Order: sequence, then structure tokens, then C-alpha cells
Amino acid sequence: MTRAFLALLRRDLLLAFRRRTELLLPVMFALVVVSLFPLGIGPDPALLGRIAPGVIWIAGLLATVISLENLFRSDFEDGTMEQYVISGHPLTLIALAKTLAHWLVAGLPLVLMSPLLSIWMNLPTSSMGVMMVSLALATPILSFIGAIGAALTVSLHRGGQLLSLLVFPLYVPVLIVATGGIMAAADGLPYSAFMGLLLAGLIASITLAPFATAAALKISLS
Amino acid sequence: MSTKPGKNFFLLLLHRLGSPPWFYQFAGRLIPWLWGLFIVLALTGLYFGLIASPQDYQQGESVRIMYIHVPAAWMSMMIYGVMAATGFIALVWRIRIMEILAMSSAPVGAAFTLAALISGSLWGRPTWGTYWVWDARLTSELVLLFLYVGVMALYRAFDEPRKAARAACLLALVGLINLPIIHFSVKWWNTLHQGSSINLTGSSIHPSMLWPLLIMTVATKLYYAANVLTRARVVLLEQDVRKAWVRDAVGTQTKSLDVGGAGQ
Repeated sequence: MTRAFLALLRRDLLLAFRRRTELLLPVMFALVVVSLFPLGIGPDPALLGRIAPGVIWIAGLLATVISLENLFRSDFEDGTMEQYVISGHPLTLIALAKTLAHWLVAGLPLVLMSPLLSIWMNLPTSSMGVMMVSLALATPILSFIGAIGAALTVSLHRGGQLLSLLVFPLYVPVLIVATGGIMAAADGLPYSAFMGLLLAGLIASITLAPFATAAALKISLS
Repeated sequence: MSTKPGKNFFLLLLHRLGSPPWFYQFAGRLIPWLWGLFIVLALTGLYFGLIASPQDYQQGESVRIMYIHVPAAWMSMMIYGVMAATGFIALVWRIRIMEILAMSSAPVGAAFTLAALISGSLWGRPTWGTYWVWDARLTSELVLLFLYVGVMALYRAFDEPRKAARAACLLALVGLINLPIIHFSVKWWNTLHQGSSINLTGSSIHPSMLWPLLIMTVATKLYYAANVLTRARVVLLEQDVRKAWVRDAVGTQTKSLDVGGAGQ
């Protein structure tokens, strides 16, 4: 079981690295979205610093949802998904591996890119670390919850727009807690409770979401 | 629980209700009563709420919006619960009636949510001085509306109705697990809304206002039941249009009505 999991993870990562431009798209997307805010709102550093947590996090949400659309698409269209189902390995495990690969490809670069975004948005240096930690803890949650939506819409022709409608309401708590923690850190308040909540959400979504994703994949395949 | 279906009345009823012709008949008999009772109760509740009950000493006449707003808000949450519960049953035991009930609940629930939001913002204008604030309960009600819209949109997106219903039921369940988290995170994020005046242990409302509110609460539940059963019957007819029981059921009721394609 572990071998199947690792093999699938390796395969998905390899596929992603063979198409490096696609790999960079979510991060580039987030960069472009964030850079639009100073242009639209004005270059006032104090204002930008205040809205920075929200802006960076919303850019992260958008970038994640955009990359989610392709999570199961190609496997579904070329019949690989059916092979997974009849392979005898639990579909939950397969969902877990594919979602983890998605986070490594789409979520992790966002985490690594966040200091640059923070500097652009004039986020206080003291809360830059919290920004990174919050992204590291909570972008996997986005991938895991989003995978359920991706699995539900994979058999639809225009699933992308629908996918965003389905998952954004579910992302509300993540957005609130993550930005709340960064703002608390910027104000010099304790923020460990926020990070604790994100960690709890991370654990809950890793343990529960793959089951829902597997069930959704089965419905899409039926 | 008894395993023999014959011995247990409820189990027998459940088995019976799972059968489309039986459900169709049963719902058809229930619906006129539900609509009738709803109209009587709604008129009574609205009369006492809008005309006979006193003004609030602070809110004045605008307090009367409560008699629509509060039942609608309660219904918006209750219907989501019903939708998720029927959806769960539909997914686990593959009962088609439950799929149909869950999917028929979604538009009704969304309508109640919208009613609660609109009546709330109309009430907010004279009371808070603005139509919209990003207050905790308003925001979670808005997110609830988005969840309903998501379920409805997913249901409409598939060509095959049963697959659509199963996918949308699963989404409703995922939403149900998320709802308390959304509720508490939003509540903690910002709160301005007045606290609940009614809870299970007692209420801080004067009886002259409480009674019309309770009558309206029961009336909205009857409305929901009548509406959802009416919708479910129509969906059932649509899905089973080529089956013999539909021909029998519709054919005996309205002989002159042309039910497109039923005779094929």
C-alpha cells in the first residue's frame, strides 16, 4: 500500500516537472494578482501593509483553485482513473497521494514565494514568518478540500467555474483564521492559537477529505 | 431495532415510502392538508404579527419584520440539515426518493436563506442605519446561501439526474461538516448581531410577540413540507415518465391531460 502511494506520488511529481511552465502557472498567477492591488488601490505603504494578509491569502486561494481544475482531469479523460479503481488499492489512498502531489506542485511554491509577496505588499517584517507558517499549514487544507470539489466536477465539461463556486464557501474558515493570525502578529499580539487552529484544520482535512474525494471520484466514474 | 419489517411500523413505512408509486400517492394525499394548514397558520400568524401585536419600545414598527425574518433564518438552517440528512441516506442506502427529497429541498432552503437575508437587511436599515454590515450572522447566512447555490449548480450541471443527485448530496454533506466551522469562525471574526432572544430553556420575548412568531415558525415548516413534497412528486413523474405506474397514477387523475411521452 505504501509502495503504491509512493509510486503514484512520484509519478505525479515527475509528470509535473516534465511540464515546467505549467508548474509555474499558479505561482505566476498569484504574483500577478497581488501586483494588481497596489495598482488598483494606490501605493500607500501603510494601507498596503494593512490589507497585505488578506490580499496575499486571496491570491493564494485563487491560484489554488485554478490549479485544482486539472488535478484529476487528465487521469479521468485517458482512463487511468478507472485503472486506479480496479487496481485493488483503496481509492482513498490514491486520492491522498494525488492531493499531496498537488500541494507539493501548487501549494509549496506559494509558501516559498510568500516573502516576496510580503515585501511587495509592505507587510511588517515581524509578521512575514507568520505569513509563511500560515501558508505552510493551510495551503494543504485548500488542496485537500479542493480535491473534493475537483473530483465532483471532473466529469463535467466546464467544471472550472463551478469548482470555484463549490469550494470558496468551504475556504472561508481557513481565510479567516489565517489572516486573523497574521494580523494579530502584525499588531504584536499572540498568534499561536491561530496557528493551532490551522494545524487542527490541517489534520482534520488530511484524515477526512480523502474519503470524500474517493467517494466523489466514484460518483464521477459511475 | 427489530429486523422484521412486518413487526416494525416505522420500518414498514420507510420501506413503503421508498417505492415511487406509494410515495407519490402518499405525498399526494398529504399535500392539500399541508398547504391548507400552512395558509390558515400563516394568515393567523401574520395577523397577530403584523396587526395585533404591539410595537417594540425601541424598534417601533420595524420589529414586525422579525415575524418573517426569524422563521426564515431558522428554516434556512433546518432545511440544510434535512437536505444533508436525506442526502446521507441517499448515498448510503441508495434510496432514490431520498435523493429527490434532498435535491427538492435545496431551492426551498436557498429561497428561505435569501428571504432571511433580504428581510434582515431591510430591518438593518432603520435599526443599524445600514442595509448591510459584515456581521457574523449575516455573513454566515450569506455563506450558507453560497453553499445552497453550489449544491443546486452542481445538481444542474450533470445530464444524468441520479448521478447529479449523488454528487450534489455528497457536496451537501461536506458542507454540513463545514457549516459549524464556518459559523464559529465567522462569529469569532466579527460580531454585532443581537444575541438570540429564544433558546430551549426560555425566552426573553413578551408572549404577545412570541406567539405570532411561534405560529409563523410552524407555518414555514408546513410550507417547506408542502413545497418539497410537491416538487418531489413532479421530479418523480419526470424521471419515471415511461413507467407504468406513472401512466396509471396520472391517467386516472386527469384523463384529458396530455402528459408528453407517458404513453410510449
